[in-house]
Formats: sequence, structure tokens, C-alpha cells
Amino acid sequence: MGVNRRKFLKIAGISTLGVAAKPATDALAFNPKEWLDEKLGGFTPSEILLHFGHKPEGSVPGEALTGTRWAMVVNVRSLDEEIAEACMDACHKVHNVPHIENPKHEIKWLWDEHYENALPGQHHEHIDDDIKKLPFLVMCNHCYNPPCVRVCPTKATYKRKKDGIVIMDMHRCIGCRFCMAACPFGSRSFNWKDPRKYFKDEEYPNPKYPTRMKGVVEKCNFCAERLAEGQIPACVEVAQKLCAEKGKEPALVFGDLDDPDSEVRQVLRSHYSVRRKPELGTHPNVYYIV
Amino acid sequence: MYDGGKIIAGIIIGLVLLTFPIWYTHGMAPKRPEVKLPEKEKKCVKDGPYMKTKHMQLLDLWRDSTVRAQKRIFVSEDGRKFTMSLQNTCMSANCHAKKSEFCDRCHNYTGVDPYCWDCHIPPKEEPKEKSEEML
Repeated sequence: MGVNRRKFLKIAGISTLGVAAKPATDALAFNPKEWLDEKLGGFTPSEILLHFGHKPEGSVPGEALTGTRWAMVVNVRSLDEEIAEACMDACHKVHNVPHIENPKHEIKWLWDEHYENALPGQHHEHIDDDIKKLPFLVMCNHCYNPPCVRVCPTKATYKRKKDGIVIMDMHRCIGCRFCMAACPFGSRSFNWKDPRKYFKDEEYPNPKYPTRMKGVVEKCNFCAERLAEGQIPACVEVAQKLCAEKGKEPALVFGDLDDPDSEVRQVLRSHYSVRRKPELGTHPNVYYIV
Repeated sequence: MYDGGKIIAGIIIGLVLLTFPIWYTHGMAPKRPEVKLPEKEKKCVKDGPYMKTKHMQLLDLWRDSTVRAQKRIFVSEDGRKFTMSLQNTCMSANCHAKKSEFCDRCHNYTGVDPYCWDCHIPPKEEPKEKSEEML
């Protein structure tokens, strides 16, 4: 049966109403998504069902650092082996990341790469010798458009709506490692071994932060647990302290990319910076000044 | 009824054997576990009966509120504030400082093996007391 004139006008009328709804809700400053989010207190409808209709309990801590798009700038020129080592050590101690020698089993949140691996495609044979020696600190890029989040079947990896941190809910990870295949930066590590076996007695894991279990994926979380307590990420804190001692520009800078007066924006404004693999369109939130 | 005596005797023997575990262990039920309540802190985040039956739901809600909704501060009915954390609040030195004297007592009795401690770190206990607990 073809569409007659009467039916066509009906469909056209309803479609117009649908299209007009968006400007209308915008004009009323009403965003259905935000409205639902506020109604559900930050849970998804399925999470509300899981908790038998309970909304999230409690409130956001008052001392928490808040931003809408956290970002980091790595000033590689200020880095040296000692600072890079101190940053990695601080990160891995705070988060109970085990040190495993076997590269097939190792767990990395923050590590150093050579120039050609950190910024592939930018490399050529006549490059400055200093750059070849610099430790490029790399970590999860907390992409604006994160491929790992798209592929996660359990939503264990998700991007926080409020501040853009790509974070893992370890309780939900089933260890399928889709995210590891999706991440173009190799920022994720899988626990092939029970990480607790690799903590020596004297360095009993940091009792304030959990460890992981065998069979889950893990990665940098931009120190979300420290941000909630009003502290900047552990690596940034250490790097800034060491750089100040050595009289260098801070090697790591952390801040809100959406705030034009933030430290990251000021640094980005005054230096030329690049991001890792921009051609992939993941929009990393970690910038490199070379 | 042919062989009635044998059948009835068989039934009786069968019943005795079937009910053997019931009457043999009668009065031998293990003692109900006694958890050791914290000495310093007298009031939990919710009242005792609620915690006894619903602590798993509460912990679940705390977990998702913290991880999924970034809400970390719990306000109890009488207005006290707590950071929602199993490791740093529930098991802190002032409260349930020993997992073996609190969590484990009931969980072992009821044969429950929650996987919290695969990742969360229980408070450090003296190894001596731990071995006593295991005996």
C-alpha cells in the first residue's frame, strides 16, 4: 500500500513536532539526559534496578577537586631518568601496582617509552640526540572519545560524565581484554598472575587502596581517589617537587582543560604541544611538550 | 500381606537409618558465633539489627555510589559523616580492626565466602592470633 496524501501529511506533522522538540527543550534550558541523571542520582536505570530502587547513597566530598575535563601536560624537556623513576614509583606504590619482571606479565600504570614509541610517525633518523634519550612518561590518555569504553561488555570501563576521567570499576571487570585490544596506546595491563604474590613483606601494599585480583585488567585512573580527597595525582606531585628542587619547569602539570585559567591551559598556551596518535580521533587528554 | 513382618521390620530399619543424622546429632549443634564488637566505637553507621541482615546490600550500595556516582560521604541517621569505604572505614583501627574476629566468625559458620578480600586489604593482624583463629 502506497502512502496517500493524508497519511503523508500525518507523518510529516509528527516528524516536525519531533524535530521541533529539541530547540524547544533547549530554549527551556531542559536537557532530558541531565534531568534523568539528576533524578537517578548518577546511577543508570539498570543500576537503580540492581539496588532495588535505591539511588546512590551519600554525597560528593566537599574537599574534592572538581573539573569538567581533567588533563595532563608532560613537559618532556624537564624530565630525566631520576624524575621519571620517582613518578613511576610513586604511582605504583600508591595504587599497589606489583613489580613483575616478566614483560609478558608486567603491570604498568605509568611507564617511560622512547620517543619513536611514544609519538610514532613523528620519528626520523636525524632527530635531536637529546630527544632520543629523554624518558617519555606515558600512561592512560583518558581519551575524550575512548575506544576501550565502547567495547567493554559490562561497562566496567566507563567515562565519568562529570570530569571525563576514563575509569575502571574493578567489581565489574570480567577480564575479557576487549579493552586491551581497543586501546591504541597499550595503556592497559592484564593480571595474568595474582598481584599479591609480588608484594614483598617489607613493602606491604598501601593499606588505603585495594589491590587487584588475578584475571582483571587495570590502568591509570588519574588518581581519582586522590582527587576526591583534594590532592593532585601522585606522579604530578612528585614531579613538581623534584623539578622545583632542580630548578626546572614542572615536568607534569595537571588541571581542568575546560577552565581557561587553569595551569594546563596556561602551559599549553605558551608551548607547542602534541598528543599521541591524534590521527585515530580518540582525542587524548594527555599532552606532550617536546 | 506376604512376609509382612520382614517388610515392616525393613521399613523400620530404613526409617531409623534415614533419620540417623537427625537424632544422632541432636543437641550437638555448634554454638552460634559471637562476633567481637569494637571497643572504641560504639555506634555503627546503621543500627545493629539492620547491619546483621542487610550489611551486604549496604556495602553494595556504598560500592556503586562511590565508584559509579563519585558520592563518597555517607551521612548516618544521627548526622555523623563517614567515608564510604570498606577498607578505610569499616575495617579501621577504631572499628572492626580484626577481620578474623568479626567478618570471619559468621562467614565461616554459615559457609559464606565473599570475594571482597580478593582485592580489598584486610587490616594487618598478628600472625599468632591468626593461627589461633584457624584452629
